[in-house]
Amino acid sequence: MLRFIVRRLIQMAGVVVVLSLLLFLWFKALPGGTVSAMLGERATPERRRELEQALGLDQPLWVQYWNYIKRVATGNFGPSNGVLPGRDAFEVFLSRFPATIELATLAILIAVLIGIPLGYFAARRRDSWIDNLSVMGSLVGVAVPVFFLAFMLKHWFAVELNWLPVSGRQDPTMDATRVTGFFVLDGILTQEWDAAWDALKHLILPALALASIPFAVIFRITRASVLDVVEEDYVRTANAKGLTSRIIRGRHILRNALLPVVTTIGLQTGALLAGAVLTERVFSYTGIGQALAIAIEVKDYPVLQVLIMAAAAVYVVVNLLVDITYAIIDPRIRTR
Amino acid sequence: MSQTTSYASTSDAARHGDEPLLQVRDLKVTFKRQGEEPFVAVDGIDFDVRPGQTVGLVGESGCGKSVTSLAIMGLLPKRGNRVEGEVLFNGTDLLKLSDSDMRDRRGQELAMIFQDPLSSLNPVVPVGLQVAEVLERHKGMSRKAAMVVAREMLDKVGIPDPDRRLKDYPHQMSGGMRQRALIAIALACEPRLLIADEPTTALDVTIQAQILTLLKDLVRETGTALIMITHDLGVVAGLCDEVNVLYAGRIVERAERHPLFEQPRHPYTNGLLESIPKLEVGRGERLNPIPGSVADNLPWTSACAFAPRCLNALEVCREQTPQLEMDFGRALRCFNPVEVAR
Repeated sequence: MLRFIVRRLIQMAGVVVVLSLLLFLWFKALPGGTVSAMLGERATPERRRELEQALGLDQPLWVQYWNYIKRVATGNFGPSNGVLPGRDAFEVFLSRFPATIELATLAILIAVLIGIPLGYFAARRRDSWIDNLSVMGSLVGVAVPVFFLAFMLKHWFAVELNWLPVSGRQDPTMDATRVTGFFVLDGILTQEWDAAWDALKHLILPALALASIPFAVIFRITRASVLDVVEEDYVRTANAKGLTSRIIRGRHILRNALLPVVTTIGLQTGALLAGAVLTERVFSYTGIGQALAIAIEVKDYPVLQVLIMAAAAVYVVVNLLVDITYAIIDPRIRTR
Repeated sequence: MSQTTSYASTSDAARHGDEPLLQVRDLKVTFKRQGEEPFVAVDGIDFDVRPGQTVGLVGESGCGKSVTSLAIMGLLPKRGNRVEGEVLFNGTDLLKLSDSDMRDRRGQELAMIFQDPLSSLNPVVPVGLQVAEVLERHKGMSRKAAMVVAREMLDKVGIPDPDRRLKDYPHQMSGGMRQRALIAIALACEPRLLIADEPTTALDVTIQAQILTLLKDLVRETGTALIMITHDLGVVAGLCDEVNVLYAGRIVERAERHPLFEQPRHPYTNGLLESIPKLEVGRGERLNPIPGSVADNLPWTSACAFAPRCLNALEVCREQTPQLEMDFGRALRCFNPVEVAR
């Protein structure tokens, strides 16, 4: 098992290196290059040459790449020039990151905790009204654009019914103590329960909107996978042994049926960032998604670089977790 | 096959005097699919199994032998079929039992092993636990106690190094070892009846012989009654006290092993025996397969289903339904049985 994890880690380091190379080349290939991006199109040739030398752009490409890697590894991406002008790009990222992690975690939790049980239930009662209804519901979940769903949720539950807050991460009048930057966690750690509760209330609507697609996908994969597994010979064997339905469900059906679901959860978690861009905008939620949207609009390349690297890192880590989970469930992977 | 060398019969008179353990009475299974004609897979089957006896159900694929065994075990899907008749186990009609009562008996009093040992074992659960969970369920054992017995069972079915194998997963075992593990699972609670559905079909010939010898030894040792479902007459010859030959969902001939092999009376049984290659027959002589296929069958309601493929068929075979009649200690469903001794 340890060897398996180490091997995966090495593979993932490789992925990150390749990605950094791509990013590096991408920025080299930007129209006009780095210098134009920083000085604008109308800088004098002397100014350009000065900056080129200052940035080491006159050196060979591999030296430049090596310097780039060194800067990236120490979190030095340069100052932001759009999202929070003047602030260090990495700092901007650090201040936004916990918000999105909080949002994404809740969204995935909602998707998993509803998607898997409902998928199992629908499969075991195939063609019943509850199966048909949930299949239809999941279709709507994928078909409705996330931002539209976000608007609807905001309109009904925040504006019309006034059950939940309209926007933001926390009521600014709360004056909550900051510890980790994860507002719900901070509230729990400092035992400021009202602050934790308020932060959670701010999370519910955006998390629901963000959960819609992962929920629909997880639900459908679970349902299809359970339908496959219940036809397997080993489930018949389990029945021939007279085992209780609890053991058959958990040990014999779900443990096998969840294998493809685990992979799906990994892929969906990675894809959450795309949904977060729109959802965070609708709810004025100051997370990575919102920062990404602004950074693209105003060409804030330093921030953009951090965010792309971060997205890749999250993807890589999530998929490592998926692989480990997979290996824990499926011995055939582990011992190969 | 090597089993044929040993003809030591497990059937002693005392055992055969016992009350039947299992009485199947007029068992009928009809499959109903939406928009299709109902299909009668098993069409009124009667047979008995006495304690310690080994009974064969023999026939081509599609003759209803597997469906019969699944019906006895209560393992047919709940939807899309109708099961009629009686399956008396120790006097209790299993078909009338509730789901949970049947669940209590399965794995405990009656057990089953299946054809494909790889797909019949759960790939993500260690083999030891797959044996132990039956004991936990039916004997109320703790995990630890059940594992001790599971180890004994693996040892008993001839799996070498059982301590290590307890933790193995099915994919780490060979085909023969997997089938041994399935036998260990089935026999863990010392059931009174074991149903083996083509237990050797998916195995190499050399392994087949080992598994059959093991089954034979174990049922003799524990006094477990065995229903052997097979298309392979070699298996029947080595193992069964009594043989039921099935055709198109009905029994066409039933006899003790020796009379059946020495003098098959039903043309279908005869055809099955004739189609086995024999060493003493000279080279160049052709095999005698049964002509046609199951697709040519006539309906039992108005004819003999086998008539279109039968070398002995008469006019009457296509016009009337033959009944299963007793004939010198055997049951036979035929208007024009084979007369000559082989």
